[in-house]
Amino acid sequence: MKQLINFKLNGEEVEHYAPLNRTLLKMLREDFDLTGAKEGCGAGECGACTVIMDGVAVNSCLVLAAELDGREVTTIEGLSMDGKLDPLQVAFVNEAALQCGYCTPGMIMTAKVLLKNNPQPSEDEIKEGISGNLCRCTGYKKIIEAIQSAADKYQAENE
Amino acid sequence: MSTEFVGKSVKRVDGVKKVTGSLKYVDDLKMSKMYYTAIKRSPYPHAKILSINLEKAKELKGVKDIITGDLFTKRGGLYLQDKNFLAVGKVRYRGEAVVAVAAITEEIAHKAVSLIEVEYEEMPAVTNAVEGMKPGAPLVHPDLGEYKVAPVFFPVPGTNISNHYRLRKGNVDEAFEKADHVVENKFYIPHIQHTPIENHVAIAQAEIDGTIQIWASCQSPFAVRQAISHDFDIPMNKVRVMSPAVGGGFGSKGGTTLEGILVPLAQRNPGHPIKLTYSREDEFQNAYVRQGLHATIKTGIMNDGNIIAVQNEFIWDGGAYNEYGVNIAKAAGYASSGPYDIENVWTDSYCVYTNHPVGGPYRGFGMGEMHFGIEQNMDILAEKVGISPVEIRRINGMRPGGVTGTGEVVEVAGLQECLEIVAERLKVEEKEAPSAPHKLRGKGIASGWKAPSMPNTAASSAIIKLNEDGTAHLMVSAQDIGQGSDTIMTQIAAEVLSISPDKITIRTGDTDHTPYEWQTVASRITYSAGRATYEAAMDAKNQLIELAQIKLGVYGRDLELKDGFIVAKYHPEKRVSIASLAIGLVFDDGSAVHGPIIGRGAFIPPNIRDADKETGLGDHPVAFWTYGVQGVDLEVDTRTGKVDILRVISCFDVGKVMNPQLLEGQVEGAIMQSLGTALFEELMLKDGKVLNPSFVDYKIPTSEDMPEMEIYFVENPEETGPFGARGVAEPAMVPAAPATANAIFDATGIRMYTMPMTAERIYEALKQKGVSK
Repeated sequence: MKQLINFKLNGEEVEHYAPLNRTLLKMLREDFDLTGAKEGCGAGECGACTVIMDGVAVNSCLVLAAELDGREVTTIEGLSMDGKLDPLQVAFVNEAALQCGYCTPGMIMTAKVLLKNNPQPSEDEIKEGISGNLCRCTGYKKIIEAIQSAADKYQAENE
Repeated sequence: MSTEFVGKSVKRVDGVKKVTGSLKYVDDLKMSKMYYTAIKRSPYPHAKILSINLEKAKELKGVKDIITGDLFTKRGGLYLQDKNFLAVGKVRYRGEAVVAVAAITEEIAHKAVSLIEVEYEEMPAVTNAVEGMKPGAPLVHPDLGEYKVAPVFFPVPGTNISNHYRLRKGNVDEAFEKADHVVENKFYIPHIQHTPIENHVAIAQAEIDGTIQIWASCQSPFAVRQAISHDFDIPMNKVRVMSPAVGGGFGSKGGTTLEGILVPLAQRNPGHPIKLTYSREDEFQNAYVRQGLHATIKTGIMNDGNIIAVQNEFIWDGGAYNEYGVNIAKAAGYASSGPYDIENVWTDSYCVYTNHPVGGPYRGFGMGEMHFGIEQNMDILAEKVGISPVEIRRINGMRPGGVTGTGEVVEVAGLQECLEIVAERLKVEEKEAPSAPHKLRGKGIASGWKAPSMPNTAASSAIIKLNEDGTAHLMVSAQDIGQGSDTIMTQIAAEVLSISPDKITIRTGDTDHTPYEWQTVASRITYSAGRATYEAAMDAKNQLIELAQIKLGVYGRDLELKDGFIVAKYHPEKRVSIASLAIGLVFDDGSAVHGPIIGRGAFIPPNIRDADKETGLGDHPVAFWTYGVQGVDLEVDTRTGKVDILRVISCFDVGKVMNPQLLEGQVEGAIMQSLGTALFEELMLKDGKVLNPSFVDYKIPTSEDMPEMEIYFVENPEETGPFGARGVAEPAMVPAAPATANAIFDATGIRMYTMPMTAERIYEALKQKGVSK
């Protein structure tokens, strides 16, 4: 059964008919062609599908369409809407914090929320913050360095 | 040689596409008229298929086609033709594909699968490779003797042995008699899974004219084309395989896996793209896994520290199909001395069919498994003769001029340099205090080596097209599966042509449009595809110089490429731009010669020869060896058995550091993957069933498991590689696990003979030893 839901997606108000049991991940990928969020497990275990919902990093494979009404969702595509990369995206490229790239969108979205809540995290806080996002390629070191570097960049921008 | 781009931390050419989420992986592709596939799988490890009832499934609205294995009985496989994409007659592992359904939605396809009824007659299963080798064991492949096999593998018909590799150098019996000490130990390394974050996925679409297109997340589009062409009798010019992006492979996407299920569905439904996406559970059970290994290693040493003999028995649990796994037994066999110069070597390496998930290539290709035993035996021997772990490796470790297990004299071997760097940085002989009274601290080192485990003829090619504005397109079929090959290839071309990397666009992975590449496996891409790219760029460069010498009136030998120009070395004011020559040389009268500049590069590793069939001896059986050493500093909590890795030091001889930042990233990732295997990764198998097919029950390392890592390199050039480079992606994952075992021993006095060295296993051992209560 489909139902009309209203929510904000990457800054735009959308009206959408969706089956109530459709996951946010599937809806983003199938209905809105936003394929940046990836399915790695479909069970909230790997973090590859992470998006930001009302300021919180969520596994979009665990959110149902029915929960979306009135909410605000930002996906990786929403970070560079004006054609300019977010400082986190720049840092991931500069620090080589990605290899195959499949975990990268989810990792960046988690980092985005982490830095919003804790603009100058310690290394241990970053490790804890991204521990729900699995990466099989990098060994995490360069990801942590990229997040630290982006934190410095945000800080400098705000000063 | 001073270089402009090679050796520099050039940023990844695929970086922006990956951080913005705009790169399209296969699962992101959406096509009109698509059908979705679901698979009915075997619930038994070994059973005869008695009947298949498709009636109810066929009646379901939205179901478009259903196929079973009896429609496609031709067997295929990379080295040993033992495999069908859908089971024929019987099933050989739990999860084997039996029926494939195509439907208009994934949900309908899955519903249809649940309506299919298959009647089986269970057969006795082989769930242990050691038992499976014995006479009288149930046969997984009774027709093994009829299977086609590449002539360098040795199946034993009438048994479950799909390959018996033998190495016989010197006389081990006499040497063991003479040795001052002989130790023999058994090690067990369980199955693990690669767990790329992207699951396997493919799409196939056929046309009525007989052409077929495949989009696959695969490491080796040409190997897939070869397999599909062979198995379904389609000429290669009618098969197009594309691999647009790969979300991690580690070997699991080498060879051919699910593509073959889709091809017949596509042929029966022309015009409809047919898609199959594996779930994570599929990934654990139905994609390749790393084979299990039962190893027995016997080593003889003299009191002066010289190892004089080693005898190995490796029994590989290859699972239900060994088309690829036979080569793991071989690769481990010819590397079985480890990176040591030992006079007498005897090895039997058996690949054994079992009713387990299918074993296949996994980063390291047997080396990670085998070195877990070899490197612990080294430390055990060192203790016997009263020398340090570093000293025993100094005495026996390979040096230039040393001789390998197969009798090959090696010219280049940076092992000793790596050993000294790691020993010094780790301060391996200095005891350090643990961080708490209930913890024990220890350090360990291990060496490792690996050669590219590939056929002698594994070839690469590259094409460079120059554009009218002096930019270029580079085409190769080396796949960037995360390791950074797009960037490395671009750097090589940029270096030779002396144009900046951002002026080169690389295209990969399309068998119709990018040139031949054997496979993206074996840590051979920087070496082999890199060399082909170098040759293609040199070819383009030579054409430019040929035209420039006419244009400038300067001999070719006195011309060089610099910043987009061909310049006279001694008269730099004489120069002509690459752009102006890209489509040919235009004379003053308006006429022109040559036409567009297209560089062609091809490479096949020189002079690799088959080893002797009986003895395994050979003077040049591999392209090169990569050597390295890793050291681990760790603590063991005596209350829980939990290991905390504090620091890992790594040093490898890579020949040439092509891109320091990407290379570091490769090694950091390899270390973490190795530590996962050391401490907690294990595919739990019971009666052929995978008990932990999820990330909840099968843990891989997270950011919180990351130790401090120090990464070093030495550069003894590989003369056949581009700029002297050799491969390192797999070798870097080999020593950390045995180094961890050696460090655990140093901390606790306990030898762990089984991976993974879980907290539970260590705690039990500590209790038995009376350390823990």
